[in-house]
Amino acid sequence: MNAPVTEAELQAWVDGQLPPARRTAVDAYLAQHPAEAARLHAYREQNATLRTLFDPLLDAALPPALASPPLAAPARPGPAASDLPRPPHTPPSLPAGGAGPHSRQAPPWPALRLAAMLALTLAGGAAGWWLHDVTAPAASPALQAASALPGRAAVAHAVYTPEVRHPVEVGADQQAHLVAWLSKRLGAPLRPPQLGTLGWELEGGRLLPGQSGPVAQLMYRDAGGARLTLYVSTEQPLNRDTGFRFAQEGEVGVFYWIDGKFGYALSGTLDKAALAALANAVYAQLEQPGA
Amino acid sequence: MLADSQRLLDCIPRLRRYARALLGAGADADDLVQETVARGWDKLSSWRQDSDMRAWLFGIMHNLHADNLRRARPVEVELDEALPAPDGDAAAGRLALRDMDAALRQLPPEQREVLLLVALEEMRYEDVAAVLQIPPGTVMSRLSRGRERLRLLMEGQPLPSPLKVIK
Repeated sequence: MNAPVTEAELQAWVDGQLPPARRTAVDAYLAQHPAEAARLHAYREQNATLRTLFDPLLDAALPPALASPPLAAPARPGPAASDLPRPPHTPPSLPAGGAGPHSRQAPPWPALRLAAMLALTLAGGAAGWWLHDVTAPAASPALQAASALPGRAAVAHAVYTPEVRHPVEVGADQQAHLVAWLSKRLGAPLRPPQLGTLGWELEGGRLLPGQSGPVAQLMYRDAGGARLTLYVSTEQPLNRDTGFRFAQEGEVGVFYWIDGKFGYALSGTLDKAALAALANAVYAQLEQPGA
Repeated sequence: MLADSQRLLDCIPRLRRYARALLGAGADADDLVQETVARGWDKLSSWRQDSDMRAWLFGIMHNLHADNLRRARPVEVELDEALPAPDGDAAAGRLALRDMDAALRQLPPEQREVLLLVALEEMRYEDVAAVLQIPPGTVMSRLSRGRERLRLLMEGQPLPSPLKVIK
């Protein structure tokens, strides 16, 4: 009780972090030192001003850099997923958060976007592509992996297309390196389709974790800055070809097809016809890599 | 697993508020949030169940921010120059909120981080030390110096300098 009051204790007094046993001593000190009391009250005022200034951010809408991703609407299960057994968990109903003493209503936008991604992934039949070690629930794993393709592709699209600093790991300016690197890591040759004549330039590519190995994401950009991604997986266990299929995942349209062990998914926020034209061009180039 | 994802979602508004306070207006703050969320999402499976998700995410953000600062010091200078210095009128009355924002920009980044984690996040000092990976004593000295500097800036008083004796 008689120990001298320290500066650290005065700071703790400002923040309500002073141990109760020291409260009396600090209060007595402040009563005798009005200048110190004024200083500490100014600090409390700072805390209040900072919260007044920045708390609106907790409820604010996202700026375009973050808001441009396509999953504004809550996810609907894609058509391919609807006829499959549901995973044990239903998509989350998002209870209001309650993490800390001052937690507030979650703002609609960022939470919704990620919630949409989460729901998408669940609807896609897999537990989440970012959780590498999760085992697939019930049902045939092969069926699930195939039907998960558009969902996974849409999630990857939503996560990386708004990236400003690091949209890709290897840029298209290092095309030879990009081809060699992706091919080596995928364990299969991959030549990025060229879509320049359709107005989409290759921006680069990145590797993502898949169910049992890496998958590749190639990113394209048009003159207006919109982005298109081609998701390439080499782990299609059904190992049979399919025709084009289309899935609408939130606002992301996905054309996907399976070619042997390869699964391809082309994702973008384009209308279906425009996306189909691009998917045809991609398909044609992949079929005839020499052309 | 679902609960973990939900916890991460719940933290995003706080990450955003903190990043904006730390970096000022402009796209940098949301870039930092974006990077932090992507990184957290990637590493979610390595998050320890019994630890504090919020502290873990703020730690990720701190490391990314520190990397960015090392890479791009000049940006910090530009931001400071773009802001009006407190003038004589500023001391006259109650300062507008935007003056607080401007004054905040004039704190050294390491003091700003500590102050914001304490004032906005209401983090306990020991958690601030863990997030920033600094000793508890350093948290207290940065907090004390940052607050005093901010107070002088807000009152329009000259800042203490070792080269000049004030009155």
